[in-house]
Amino acid sequence: MATTRLPPPYDAALPDYHIDGAYDEMFGADGRVRPEYEKLLQAFLDMPADELQARKLSSDASFMTQGVTFTVYGREEGTERIFPYDLLPRLITGKEWEQIEKGLMQRITALNLFLHDVYHEGKIFSDNVVPREVVYTCKHFRREMRGLQVPRNIYIAITGTDLLRLDNGEFVVLEDNLRVPSGVSYMLTNRRAMKRTLPNLFLSYRIRPIDHYSQLLLSTLRSLAPEGRPEPTIVLLTPGVYNSAYFEHTYLARQMGVELVQGRDLLVHDNIVYMRTTAGLRRVDVIYRRVDDDFCDPLAFRSDSILGVAGLLNAYRAGNVTLANAFGTGLADDKAIYAWVPQIIRYYLHEDPILNNVETYLLTDARKRQHVIENLEKMVVKPVGESGGYGMLVGPASTSEEREKFKDLIQADPRNFIAQPVLNFSRAPCLIGDHIEPRHVDLRPYILFGDQINIVPGGLTRVALQRGSLVVNSSQGGGSKDTWVLES
Amino acid sequence: MLSRVADSLYWIGRYLERAEHSIRVLDVSLNLMLERPETRPEGRSHRLMHILMVPKILQRGEPDDLVDMMCFDVANSASIAACIGAARENARQVRDEISSEQWQKLNQLYHNMMEMRSEQSYATVSDLLQTLHDGLHLFEGVTDTTMLHGEGWHFIRAGRYMERSTAIATLLVLYYPHAFNIPGGVIESTQYLEWVGLLRCCTAFEAFCTVYTTDITPERVLEFLLLNPLFPHSLRYSVNCLFDALSGIQTERRRYPSDELARRAGKLQASLSFAQIDEILEQDTAGYLRDVLEQSRMIQELIYRLYISYSVDTALAV
Repeated sequence: MATTRLPPPYDAALPDYHIDGAYDEMFGADGRVRPEYEKLLQAFLDMPADELQARKLSSDASFMTQGVTFTVYGREEGTERIFPYDLLPRLITGKEWEQIEKGLMQRITALNLFLHDVYHEGKIFSDNVVPREVVYTCKHFRREMRGLQVPRNIYIAITGTDLLRLDNGEFVVLEDNLRVPSGVSYMLTNRRAMKRTLPNLFLSYRIRPIDHYSQLLLSTLRSLAPEGRPEPTIVLLTPGVYNSAYFEHTYLARQMGVELVQGRDLLVHDNIVYMRTTAGLRRVDVIYRRVDDDFCDPLAFRSDSILGVAGLLNAYRAGNVTLANAFGTGLADDKAIYAWVPQIIRYYLHEDPILNNVETYLLTDARKRQHVIENLEKMVVKPVGESGGYGMLVGPASTSEEREKFKDLIQADPRNFIAQPVLNFSRAPCLIGDHIEPRHVDLRPYILFGDQINIVPGGLTRVALQRGSLVVNSSQGGGSKDTWVLES
Repeated sequence: MLSRVADSLYWIGRYLERAEHSIRVLDVSLNLMLERPETRPEGRSHRLMHILMVPKILQRGEPDDLVDMMCFDVANSASIAACIGAARENARQVRDEISSEQWQKLNQLYHNMMEMRSEQSYATVSDLLQTLHDGLHLFEGVTDTTMLHGEGWHFIRAGRYMERSTAIATLLVLYYPHAFNIPGGVIESTQYLEWVGLLRCCTAFEAFCTVYTTDITPERVLEFLLLNPLFPHSLRYSVNCLFDALSGIQTERRRYPSDELARRAGKLQASLSFAQIDEILEQDTAGYLRDVLEQSRMIQELIYRLYISYSVDTALAV
């Protein structure tokens, strides 16, 4: 792709900064600095390189001693790393945010209605909008949930939607994470690190706060308590210290002041969930679970799971405990369902989607499958039921061997994959070594859905730290940066 | 508080106390070996490994590098690295229950230790031990100054003082036949060194001198380490603190009658409070110490039965 250097005066200060077809968060296509970035850029250009390094080192060290680490799978067990953190914040204007917020509220409302419908009457099937077959073949469809009444009819209390910005500046939805999305603790700790590292810069902008997230999360969970439990006991269920997001679980539990429990702390007696405490058994009303469906109840789901609680599903069915999120929400973030979300929004809300989808090929369609297979080097292929960037093929970066393997995989089980064209999504300035270079970024805002929908302004901006890389997942060498939504 | 959390906190207390004790014993022993290289070094290192509770399987023969084995060998469950590592694992399990300062200090200590191990970045063994010792003290300090002095804090203290009383009693059981059997009552300089070493293992030398002057006799050493009411590393003081910690837990948990635990702990505490050293020396002293160890073991079992591993049906019946 053709790249151009910046026009004066920035070409001298930022010799490694190139503009290409991707939307640049800091510079317009003409090479002029976007107004909201002016102060930020100036502050960084004014700062001596060694001071910048010193600040960077001090923030890294504080992440390590705080243990703000994640565990990388597929390496030596328990390899702890800090999530690389970039000093330059990503800016979003108030106007842009307003649009994003509206779009997310619309999308989550529709997806929640969809889940309720699928697990009850199934009107969307009888009205021939979404084929039954697509839903019933989802890996994460849970028959056990059919006809089950969930509190306030809310299935997806806590979600994180991945957004990208395309070359025309438009934000689009890449993925809905409706099961157990993680990363919100990085959003919060990044903000704290930013305030400590660059207080003056922070002060010079008017930035919308995010620190009340934990409080909103707690009130969301409380609003979903079972009937007749006005002072609910809320717990956060973690798979334990070896989970890659364990830091986040402890962080949120602490911030909310609720117990962090593991499966072995809980038991079910007469369809009531209790936790073992030093003062005996104590009833549990709401479980914010960070354990996947499969592992939650060895009686109902995977019998080899030691992370869950035997009898949990029955207690849930009896209405004695709330789970957030509900079981079976994963069907609505299946990547094949994703392709139907615009229709889902129109069907339930009679509105046009505010945030668009990325073009997606369902490979069950023979013609599309042929097209994708012939153009694999231009495609990103993803397994429908996975997350975290595991098991996908990024066409332009793949070897012909890998492509051959994926051709076979797709032919063997077309329902298990979708393909999307490689997107040239936006890039933001990052501190690489001692200078500033652009890197691809996405955005994951966190949506809380209880008695009302709350979205703290911003979210987690993830960065693909390798030059030219399009993969932002922490497990695949990504980093993150603070996200500032400006007061308009 | 979750039972699992109480369990972890209790063991954080125990493991760190054990690490601290091992550091001191190792430091003192290495020093003594310098003083008396000629006398039966294998006997001494054998006893040392007993004192440090090195697993039997590792006790065979003379280790080539005692320091490495005791400091860094994680296969040796009694090594300092293993203890600090285990304490950190427990702390990780309960990160939301301890203060950030506690976690940070412990995590830092662990990372420092691993770095010193991989880079051999310490000048002398003594420096290494000192650095680790400081790290442990730092953790104790922030534990007392940043953590809520509620149930969790009491569990950490219960673990710490259970470990301390056990360690002192074990130390004395093993030292007793060597240091206190004085043939013909003749005191040699080597004997003197043993006693000073024993006192130093409990950071007791200076405090001892304040109370008795340097005029060291076996009775006084025993009296001081067993029965002194004010010295933090005496058995009596440790048992008092254990009793306080258990009462603290009991006060917070009014629901459960813990008669048996209270009775056992109170009995041990009272027997030490009202004991006299002559009485102890008249009887089988090693037997007496072993009885103290047995009572401590029983108390720990009751703590577990009452707060941690109680049966569900017992709990439902209440």
